[in-house]
Amino acid sequence: MALTNDTIQQRLQEKFGESVSAFRDSHGMLEFSAPRELNLKVLNFLYDDATLQFQFLTDLTGVHYPSNKGNELAVVYHLHSLKQNSRLRFKVFAPIENPEVYTATGLFSAANWMERETYDFFGILFVGHPKLKRILNVDEMDYFPLRKEFPLEDQTRIDKDDEMFGRGGTIK
Amino acid sequence: MSEQHIKLPEGSIEKTTTTLNLGPTHPATHGVMQNILELDGERIVSADQTIGYIHRAFEKLAERRPLAQITTLTDRLNYCSAPLNNMGWHMTCEKLLGVQTPKRVDYLRVIMMELARISDHLICNSIMGVDAGAYTGFLYVMQYRELIYEIYEEVCGARLTTNMGRIGGFERNFTDKAFQKLEKFLEEYPPALKEFENMFQRNRIFMDRTMGVGGIAAERALNYGFTGPNLRAAGVDYDVRVQNPYSSYQDFDFIIPVGSTGDCYDRWLVREQEMWQSLSILRQAYQKIQSFKGAEADVYHADTPAYYLPEKKDVYTKMEALIYHFKIIMGETEIPVGEVYHSIEAGNGELGFYLISDGGRSPYRLHFRRPCFIYYQAYEELVKDSMLSDAIMTMSSLNLIAGEMDA
Repeated sequence: MALTNDTIQQRLQEKFGESVSAFRDSHGMLEFSAPRELNLKVLNFLYDDATLQFQFLTDLTGVHYPSNKGNELAVVYHLHSLKQNSRLRFKVFAPIENPEVYTATGLFSAANWMERETYDFFGILFVGHPKLKRILNVDEMDYFPLRKEFPLEDQTRIDKDDEMFGRGGTIK
Repeated sequence: MSEQHIKLPEGSIEKTTTTLNLGPTHPATHGVMQNILELDGERIVSADQTIGYIHRAFEKLAERRPLAQITTLTDRLNYCSAPLNNMGWHMTCEKLLGVQTPKRVDYLRVIMMELARISDHLICNSIMGVDAGAYTGFLYVMQYRELIYEIYEEVCGARLTTNMGRIGGFERNFTDKAFQKLEKFLEEYPPALKEFENMFQRNRIFMDRTMGVGGIAAERALNYGFTGPNLRAAGVDYDVRVQNPYSSYQDFDFIIPVGSTGDCYDRWLVREQEMWQSLSILRQAYQKIQSFKGAEADVYHADTPAYYLPEKKDVYTKMEALIYHFKIIMGETEIPVGEVYHSIEAGNGELGFYLISDGGRSPYRLHFRRPCFIYYQAYEELVKDSMLSDAIMTMSSLNLIAGEMDA
């Protein structure tokens, strides 16, 4: 019997009750969220449960929602149960002042670089990560570029003295 | 000791191991990536990978671009098989927009995707030969990749960064010449592939260099998030084309080759077999295309006027076409709210697109699941306790593409 989204939801609610919430069907994929303290418990349950077996971490990334006060940063896990051929999306939210989330590296070796990348771009601190340092950007960078407060450069700006790129400045 | 003397770092005299920088511009890394190897004689004690040398912030750039302009960014991920990335991106958009593509479009896409897969595997396998010291095979098969590039050229006008297709289908129908070129390729390539195979498959030197080198067990590979040929070489028959069929892959008859040891030789064999499978899929797709008759044979895009550019002559004569043209070109079409994850079987694994739209004109957030970014982290485990020359073989057998890794 194929694993349906309803079954997954039911199993999760049996185990975690009210803690897991915001269930919805997003283009055929089950999506839900849980408090950030529970992220490892949920991941472990999904991994170990005999009917679910979500043992493949497809993707891990972050999203910044500046208007979502108190829960500005999200960590999004995409999990895949290869045996049941079912996918789901799991989100935890963290406040931007204290963006700490437990690391999933103990469960998935694949999470190592994905978490480093998420830290690099969003500043989410993965507690217990073996080597949480920047991966794609330079180590000296002192901001987190994928946060929404860093807009891409305005194409029409004129304040920059940058003659090499034909923007403002004077040719000497 | 005078001031002119070079100061050695602390502890470097007592150290018994050698530090070697493999990369970032080493000819054997095939791309800009660095490995700091700690060597005991010629044995590797540890490896520390540094990546990000060609990071271009695609995910940030995508937050300012309308959907159609993001296709050019996907070209530059895995540039050995750009059409695959393009098609994957279009299908992600279609999933979000709820566009149904006609069967003929699906089959045309399958043709382009399988050609791209062949060119990707061809590069990887022949480069493995180069790294083992056999340059001939690489030069020899390049002319067959050229045939593939000529087909791209005929279909979309570009060769490497193709920007091929549109949301809903293709920018124009395939010409007769494109099909002739495909026929030529289907005729000329198999014997060459066979020759290429004969050169390597039972070659003593090649086997000695690759067998038992850089192997990984299936459980470890899954835990490391391996996908594509690298995972299948370890014996797991996971292929997105079969597990979650897209673009009508369920209509095709093909097998998934798997290996057993997950070493460099198995990876090479899996890619080689996949090329034969791709050829079979190409023949099936071409046959299916030929079975369309009459008006059906001219279908090359879905009917989605809000996202698919109208024909130029309509733009000049029809009001609606002009409006749509303007809105698409200026990126003023609003995307429906939603979150979608779509993945395809790319040349080196599962290429995923995670797209969040808040109803604006460009994505709120776009994340690429780049297969080689994920499996490159296993490199240290793969090369530990092996020889320096094995590290080179392992790296080229993983099919690492710096453009994809760094996004």
